[in-house]
Amino acid sequence: MTEHFDVLILGAGPAGLAAAETLAHAGRTVGLVDEQTDPGGQIGRRAIRQRPGRAFRKTLTRLRANDRITYFPSQRVVDCDPHPALVTESDLGYTRLTGASLILAPGARELVLPFPGWTLPGVLGAGGLQALTKSGWPVRGRNVVFAGSGPLLIASAHTLKKEGARIRVIVEQTARREIARFVAKLPAWPSKAIQTLTFTLGLAGIPYYTDAWVTEALGEERLEAVRIVQRGRSSVVSCDFLGTSLGLIPNVEVALRLGCALSHDPHPTVRVDSLQATSQPGIYAAGEITGIGGAELARLEGTIAGHAVAGELSKARALAPRHAHWARFGAEVARHFALRDPLRELAGSQTILCRCEDVTLGEIDAVADTGSIKLLTRLGMGPCQGRICRAALAELRPGYGTVTPSEISRPPLFPARLDTLADQALKEPSS
Amino acid sequence: MKTVTLTVNGIPVTVPEGTSAAAAIATVTDVFHRSVRGAPRGPYCGMGQCFECRIRIDGWRMLACLARATAGVAITTDD
Repeated sequence: MTEHFDVLILGAGPAGLAAAETLAHAGRTVGLVDEQTDPGGQIGRRAIRQRPGRAFRKTLTRLRANDRITYFPSQRVVDCDPHPALVTESDLGYTRLTGASLILAPGARELVLPFPGWTLPGVLGAGGLQALTKSGWPVRGRNVVFAGSGPLLIASAHTLKKEGARIRVIVEQTARREIARFVAKLPAWPSKAIQTLTFTLGLAGIPYYTDAWVTEALGEERLEAVRIVQRGRSSVVSCDFLGTSLGLIPNVEVALRLGCALSHDPHPTVRVDSLQATSQPGIYAAGEITGIGGAELARLEGTIAGHAVAGELSKARALAPRHAHWARFGAEVARHFALRDPLRELAGSQTILCRCEDVTLGEIDAVADTGSIKLLTRLGMGPCQGRICRAALAELRPGYGTVTPSEISRPPLFPARLDTLADQALKEPSS
Repeated sequence: MKTVTLTVNGIPVTVPEGTSAAAAIATVTDVFHRSVRGAPRGPYCGMGQCFECRIRIDGWRMLACLARATAGVAITTDD
């Protein structure tokens, strides 16, 4: 099945939704593709136990009521081409979607660096644990530790506490004086200042260690405890779950396959101009994929991209000052919660780096020719296709994990079903 | 609150409607599959990237974090 739209949008988070509504308002037909069951992206997830909030209901109503927007939930992009077209797969089979233009807004995933024990069940990404908890993951009465860096730890801990978890401690790598400097700047973004205050008050009484990190997850068949080091002092805290995150990294796989130019810092982001246009004609990018900046910046970039695609250039340019204001917020988070070197030194030679293929850091270091690591160790050759280990390698062994088009731009972009591959191969003999 | 009933490794589980398959499984077991060297693994990224929550629903390979728990299905782990 092939469907055609004026504009295809990948991702129904803040950026994708803003772009879709802007384009529909300008009279364009939109095909909006998302891998989740509900719109809103990671940030817009709502807890199943809660009644849908006003904002969520409004989003859903607007999406359903807008006959120019066709929403495709639970769809993963398994291939794409720069014409542009997206091949998506769901429980029901595959669909080929084409558009005159394409806006990429696939968001970001969490950055976690390996440490001993990080593969034990019970150790999760902080945002991942938050997302699963909102989806009904049983945390009531369970002991939870959050560790890593940045505002996401606080937001995730706040969600789990509301769902009845016992937050034992929040472990932040950043030093207290650096956090104080960040907080002192927050009044420039009042909504963020209020959000921070809400989270802080909601977490009152929970220990917040700064200048500290989890060096080891302990347990046999699952997580039982974590070892925490704070300024040379070590302690062990028993817990059922550890949520860990060092920040976010953009999901660039589709952009890479489409040939969009990237920047590396060291993690890849898609390069865009002031109208969100990528290096590929007709292909735009908005939100976290262009650099981590948060939901407000993503919404603005989605709106700018929507106006740009609709030819409303003056409306797009009018948003530049607000874009700069929120881009500064993203830059402040990145600056004050910058990753510290000891976090890059936690993994030992026995620590697994590639979870899919159980490849240890020692096995990688034993390969003399860094160009042959994948060939000799199977690093990044499992079902996640390097989505987790590539970023870790880029941090732990700079230069090894650099994205090169020949490495990961081959289809399928996600493990796909044979019938999808077979039918697509018949239709597209060149790919 | 509406609920749905399904089975996880043959064990009946009843969860609120809208619950993810991952959350339904977590009420029964921490271990979603074994790694290539036999180590226990559970969900890790929670958002469809890491594939550590891969399971089967009525025989179909799925990611438990992206799938909803639906009434009457049979989920199996340790695949």
